[in-house]
Amino acid sequence: MAEEHTKISIASRIEEIDAAVTQAVDFAKQKGFSDDAIFGIDMAVREAVANAVKHGNCLDDRKSVDITLSDDSKSLKITIRDYGNGFSVEDVPDPRNPENLLKTDGRGILFMQNFVDVVEWHNHPDGGMYVKMVKNR
Amino acid sequence: MAELNISERQAGDVTILDMSGKVTIGEGSVALRNTIRRLLGEGKKSILLNLADVGYIDSSGIGELVSSFTAVNKEGGKLKLLSLTQKIQDLLAITKLLTVFDTFDDEGEAVASYE
Repeated sequence: MAEEHTKISIASRIEEIDAAVTQAVDFAKQKGFSDDAIFGIDMAVREAVANAVKHGNCLDDRKSVDITLSDDSKSLKITIRDYGNGFSVEDVPDPRNPENLLKTDGRGILFMQNFVDVVEWHNHPDGGMYVKMVKNR
Repeated sequence: MAELNISERQAGDVTILDMSGKVTIGEGSVALRNTIRRLLGEGKKSILLNLADVGYIDSSGIGELVSSFTAVNKEGGKLKLLSLTQKIQDLLAITKLLTVFDTFDDEGEAVASYE
């Protein structure tokens, strides 16, 4: 099966997140992923895009969040890029630790790690960060 | 259509919020926050969230559940959860929040637990 791609770009506004996730999910549905896989893709993309909008681009709507999806016979590969200052995932506290259980945020990364098969954070050579995720078929 | 609809009813002293839709970043989370604040303002501190028709919740929505739980506790009340779907139960398990929230499958049992 030939690899197929799509690109989505949104301004960094909370109200744009849903549309981006819907487009990503529609792409995965067209490629025949199972309902369970679609749920995982939805969760992981939503969390990654929300992080990029809120924490990466700090809700600056002059900065975009760029999403690419590519599908082949084995998996869906997703990248989500922001134009912020970056962060180190190791510095994010584990929300499952007893002292963090009642915090209202900090669970997005945990969800991403749970719902896709691979998730990696990288600094982009031209600035900002990108998250690379893979969901296997 | 709003992404989260909340309707309110009383069972004795317990206020039950029947929620339907999605509790996600943006509108859904804000709707829940505003409802909890209003109830606390009215002195209603025994609150049961019926999540039977909530099909989807993201980390922001989970954060809003935690925030609501903390706000109600601070006022000396109790917030509990009713009829979690399997997916929401899984999310609460992943985040270890099943150890924090009291959850029920049966409404009568949930209401009685406030006594």
